[in-house]
Amino acid sequence: MTTSKLNDFVIKLANVNGTGSASANGMLMKSIFRMGIPVTGKNFFPSNIQGLPTWYEIRISKDGYLCRSGKVDLMIAMNAETYKADLAEVDPGGYLMYDSTWPRNDILDRNDVTVLGIPLSAMCNEAFESARAKVLMKNVAYVGALVALLDIDMDVIENLLKETFSTKPHLADANIQAIKMGFDYATENFDCPLPLKLSPMEATKGHVIVDGNTTAGLGAVYAGATVTSWYPITPSTSLIDAFSLFCQQLRKDPETGENNYCVIQAEDELSAIGMVLGANWNGARAFTATSGPGVSLMSEFLGLAYYAEIPAVLYDVQRVSPSTGMPTRTQQCDIVSAAYASHGDTKQVLLFPSDPSDCFHMSKIAFDLAERLQTPVIVLTDLDIGMNDWMIPEIEWDDSYLPDRGKVYDAKQLKDMDAFYRYLDVDGDAIPWRTLPGVDSKGAYFVRGSGHNKFGGYTEKSDEYTDVVDRLRRKFDTAATLVPAPIINIDDAMPREKNYALLSIGSCDGAIREAREKMQLDGQGNLDYMRIQGFPFHKDVAVFIDQYEQVFVIEQNRDAQLRQLLTVELDIDPKRLIPLLSYDGMPVSSNFIVEGVTALIKQGHAA
Amino acid sequence: MSFLKKPKISHPGLPTNEIGLTIRDYEGAMSTLCAGCGHDSISSAIMQAYYELSIEPHRVAKVSGIGCSSKTPTYFLGGAHGFNSVHGRMPSIATGANAANRELNYIGVSGDGDSLSIGLGQFGHAIRRNINMMYLIENNGVYGLTKGQFSASADRGSTAKKGDANPYSPIDPVLLAISLGCTFVGRGFSGDKEHLVPMIKSAIKHEGFALLDIISPCVTFNDHEGSTKSYAHTRANLRETVYADFTAQHEEIVAQVDPGEFKKITMHDGSRVGFKRVDESYDPTDRISAITYIEEHRSKGEVVTGLLYLEESASEMHSVLGSNKQAMATLPYSKLNPGAETLTRIQARWR
Ligand SMILES: Cc1ncc(C[n+]2csc(CCOP(=O)(O)OP(=O)(O)O)c2C)c(N)n1
Ligand code: SF4
Ligand SMILES: [Mg+2]
Repeated sequence: MTTSKLNDFVIKLANVNGTGSASANGMLMKSIFRMGIPVTGKNFFPSNIQGLPTWYEIRISKDGYLCRSGKVDLMIAMNAETYKADLAEVDPGGYLMYDSTWPRNDILDRNDVTVLGIPLSAMCNEAFESARAKVLMKNVAYVGALVALLDIDMDVIENLLKETFSTKPHLADANIQAIKMGFDYATENFDCPLPLKLSPMEATKGHVIVDGNTTAGLGAVYAGATVTSWYPITPSTSLIDAFSLFCQQLRKDPETGENNYCVIQAEDELSAIGMVLGANWNGARAFTATSGPGVSLMSEFLGLAYYAEIPAVLYDVQRVSPSTGMPTRTQQCDIVSAAYASHGDTKQVLLFPSDPSDCFHMSKIAFDLAERLQTPVIVLTDLDIGMNDWMIPEIEWDDSYLPDRGKVYDAKQLKDMDAFYRYLDVDGDAIPWRTLPGVDSKGAYFVRGSGHNKFGGYTEKSDEYTDVVDRLRRKFDTAATLVPAPIINIDDAMPREKNYALLSIGSCDGAIREAREKMQLDGQGNLDYMRIQGFPFHKDVAVFIDQYEQVFVIEQNRDAQLRQLLTVELDIDPKRLIPLLSYDGMPVSSNFIVEGVTALIKQGHAA
Repeated sequence: MSFLKKPKISHPGLPTNEIGLTIRDYEGAMSTLCAGCGHDSISSAIMQAYYELSIEPHRVAKVSGIGCSSKTPTYFLGGAHGFNSVHGRMPSIATGANAANRELNYIGVSGDGDSLSIGLGQFGHAIRRNINMMYLIENNGVYGLTKGQFSASADRGSTAKKGDANPYSPIDPVLLAISLGCTFVGRGFSGDKEHLVPMIKSAIKHEGFALLDIISPCVTFNDHEGSTKSYAHTRANLRETVYADFTAQHEEIVAQVDPGEFKKITMHDGSRVGFKRVDESYDPTDRISAITYIEEHRSKGEVVTGLLYLEESASEMHSVLGSNKQAMATLPYSKLNPGAETLTRIQARWR
């Protein structure tokens, strides 16, 4: 029943949080990458420091599919507590490895799964002295067994270990010893390699493995951000950590050793966004990062920033909500709350990155848009993008890039003009000119959240108020022309499905691309697919939707928030937008989409 | 400028300061507060202080929260940028602004409601970070703008206009600030401009967070008998401690040695604050005894005023962070962009 799966299978590692499995699992994934085979790693971890179950899922895909497939071919079941569920998850014909120091013959109730028992604890207890090493090295030993079972290149593993422990060679030795122990046991006791196996390829050249919080933080450095303030919250913390770390490495003044950046840990999210507004008002590029609960706290200030027209960049790394929800699981659940963040008639500019590559490039776009439009820009990323290990093409940077600082009058321009008025639509694009504090008293004005007229003066006059808010609405028409256009995927090589199409945002992309190709290959239809990259919606969005009877809107939340936004903003008949929703906290899989879309098409035909 | 300024009539006879500006150059828009409001007197002391210090208005940044008090930055220094933010959140705006440009002079104006209720957290944390700014609480014991509810600074037993007595104990911003490690703490009275101006000047020149709690009666909602924040009650119960005299660096040579001065503190820019004793027992550089003194007199219903605590040696936020001396906002992009080659190097670690 086992079919050979060369460079195309899923390994899931079930561990106990806090036992040091993360580095062993990361090493396993990286060694596959270094063999030239496309691979990604997803972490399903608990909101806990030690003791609760945690999983790492490695997908190996010679075709370069990077999403979850929805299947598991090989389970490394290191957690007794989840053993039963882990066994149940293995695909028929798959394998399960476990620590046979404690044999489990009694509960091996699947005859369509091959069980590989390795006495990992017994081996490590014998080989290592310290209690810590005994625990840690079990993880390394199962990687060693996998080297034999999957035919991983031993040189690659050894080199990785040497690099990792270059400053602590004795640790490298211990690790290599554990690898060899696992390797030898597997070679002596099993038929190696398994039909699930690896063979070197050349498909990862020019690629890197990285998470989106790292690239977003680095993107902010390249965009020229100098001030950040934040309040720790999973899954956004590592974005700020990345920014701080890169700044420490790249932003020390070579002459004075002083920092060309300020990182301030705020007392809460209200303060974090306040600092960001204060800094942007004063001419620095400043940003914050948070998740849903933080966006709720920031929303009063976001209204002020919208109305008083202050640039700001906010990364919302979405997680399962409402409230604390499942803080270590992923969702796209802040679309509506971010789009309309704050009281009154407010609207915010949103960007939807789909992977770590986008996180880097959209950082630059976010700062440029925020200053060009003089309004907050919210980058809606998510835990899957932000904290998982993605394979992406190496990021390129054009050194000729210059930040778009938007319309800011300098001292000379101010000197040459009769008078400056803050909120005049001088250029007809509904974007006024601003001035920075400290430059010239002629540019002085008073930022206020209270009613103001186009000159910047306080007002309670109806027509003066509506004049300003109507311009703000027009400014969003300008914004729609400046946000990145949607990415439209049309495949003309075979007949196209005329009635239906796919529409989505962000991290659903990988799963949708794979699902589309599968459906094409299986003759289930060739569906056009649009991925929206920004809000307000670019004009191409409506043009695309108009071509089909029905569009399947795929997103990762319960209430079809993207669909709500499309319906309201583009005045589309809701019946034409059919939701396909995944909101269990796991990154959406290609399987889910194939099944969901197929079922929807069937229903459509029946109707 | 984008607001209604008072008509600027040039008075040829008006004296000018060292940068050739008259006091009128430090004015702002016409006040819309109630006639007699303490806040207006404070604005006038602020103008006087900046004028006397010869600070160019456009090098000042004014920030405030929400309330009658927080409206006042429109009414002074019209040549300075201002930011009337949201209720209780001015400290974060000030912190971010200061992070972006350490070269400007920051004045924050707040009220007792703004700083001691909704904004208590931000107030405390701005002190903790020792933001280089002057922070004024225009303290009237009520929420003026929302029509006279008790604020958190209202004394227990103080009565509202309709007669209800406040049942809760007050938060004293001065005691709070000293205990949080604030490096400059003073209390003044809007009705006493003579002592207010030198204290404001010292606060402006202080490197670090300078808190001034200024009792500023609300004539409309809290100036009746039974209120402990009325003009009459404040005047009758003032307990003066020390008076601060401010001497700019360049005036030093000509300044007479004042026999009444018992302590001098040199500020970062070389100017100095001289303390004159009013109450023999008070030492404005001893934190513990200052707290005890203020507590003791507060329990007798007295309002302790003066430059109550000063520590000029502590580090403000940027020196703690190790920031560039140049403002972040004016760093050229060439200094911020690590470049394509560096990016390639970084990514080599991601393989
Ligand atoms: C979030 C929020 N809540 C409530 C208000 C209403 N509000 C405006 S001013 C104010 C109190 C101001 O009191 P204080 O700071 O003492 O200023 P004063 O008017 O007494 O000078 C309140 C509660 C508001 N503007 N924002
Ligand atoms: S209500 Fe009170 S605080 Fe407000 S302006 Fe009038 S007197 Fe001043
Ligand atoms: Mg008040």
